[in-house]
Amino acid sequence: MTSFFEYAIEIAPVLLRGASMTLQIVALAIVLGIALGVLVGLARVYAGRTAYAFCTVYVEAIRGTPLLVQLFLLYFGLPSVGIYISSFWAAVIGMGINSGAYQSEYFRGAIQSIRSGQMLAARSIGMNRRQAIQSIIVPQMLRRALPSWSNELMYMIKYSSLAYMIQTPELMAAAKEMSAQTFRTFETFLLAGLIYLVIVAIVSRALMSLENRIKIPGL
Amino acid sequence: MTDLTLRLEGICKSFGSLSVLKDVDLDVNKGETKVLMGPSGTGKSTLLRCINLLDPPDTGRIWLDGREITAKGINVDEVRSSIGMVFQDFNLFTHLTALDNVRIGLVRVKGVDKKTATDMAMEELRRVDLAEKAASYPAQLSGGQQQRVSIARALALKPRLILFDEPTSALDPELTGEVLKVMSRLAEDGMTMVIASHEIDFARSAADEIVFMADGRIVEKGPPDVMFTSPQQVRTRDFFRRIGERH
Repeated sequence: MTSFFEYAIEIAPVLLRGASMTLQIVALAIVLGIALGVLVGLARVYAGRTAYAFCTVYVEAIRGTPLLVQLFLLYFGLPSVGIYISSFWAAVIGMGINSGAYQSEYFRGAIQSIRSGQMLAARSIGMNRRQAIQSIIVPQMLRRALPSWSNELMYMIKYSSLAYMIQTPELMAAAKEMSAQTFRTFETFLLAGLIYLVIVAIVSRALMSLENRIKIPGL
Repeated sequence: MTDLTLRLEGICKSFGSLSVLKDVDLDVNKGETKVLMGPSGTGKSTLLRCINLLDPPDTGRIWLDGREITAKGINVDEVRSSIGMVFQDFNLFTHLTALDNVRIGLVRVKGVDKKTATDMAMEELRRVDLAEKAASYPAQLSGGQQQRVSIARALALKPRLILFDEPTSALDPELTGEVLKVMSRLAEDGMTMVIASHEIDFARSAADEIVFMADGRIVEKGPPDVMFTSPQQVRTRDFFRRIGERH
């Protein structure tokens, strides 16, 4: 039997290919989640009653059910009504929609923490609602939401391992496959865990430096 | 009548069952400074918010430069961009520098190109003696400085008139002077202003007319020397006596 170190080097290419898939899923899903989160967060504060009700149902339905159920519905459920999506896109869409619901709550909270005078002042210089939201509310919302939003990205990196359950060949799936081949289960999953840890550490550092870069005194 | 900047006629405003403004009439001529005084909760702020349609009146009509702005089909955003507003708690945009606070209306609302807008905004900051603070964020400025930036923000859009909603009430006493100085200078320069304020000394020196309000009505109005020395109404006399005691 080779040493742990030699084994790590041996299976690294397979695990890293899986990790690259993980990163692709997370990158696409977080972008979809931001788009949904910002729209839904804004809609629940500023839009009319119908939009509010619609968005509330979305947020509560998503937050009230397990991500795994949502992924299964997309990948195994939809084909029964004639809609087929690849496991990759099922993972991206499922995690994006899921994250959007959580993110919308971060953004909504951030908007509600902005003092009402900001909107008032924007309207008083002749901005319409859309301009005021775009130029005054959204920039402040994004800055205020960033610290808690960062957690969402960390969670997503880790929860993306659930995509393995719908047969997406990401990091977790790669580890599972290697351990089945080599029977060195403990070492394989230890390595997979280490790769997640490294990714999270790098992303966390990047977010912290982003936070410092866009920091504005008093905000 | 060409110098009539603002005319209010029969302004009424209620919030729920609470009637805040009851049949208010007011004319403001071009270049005039009118100071609204009266007990708090008497409708001064609401009146100011009616004028720039932030809280449109329930009934009554408002004319700005001869055009009725309470008429149907009026673009309220355009109306607001021609009426400056200075708030009690400044309400500077917290994520923008002093310069950007003054410039954003020019760029976003008036569509002025960025370079011209920068020059214009710097000009207004100079007018309130804050050119050297252009790059500072609101949180880095004192209350007095923030309020002066907010005056510059209002000035930048070249408004027909500026409304001041108790501009010095949120300031430490030692900071009110710099704001009142800027306002006095504007009055001298012929800016048309309606100011809700409790600053007697400022009102005496800068106001063309004191408008005394109580319970949502204009009780009495007149030039400062008459109003402060020999008001006709008991309520006015009581109020100024009480305010005078504080000074």
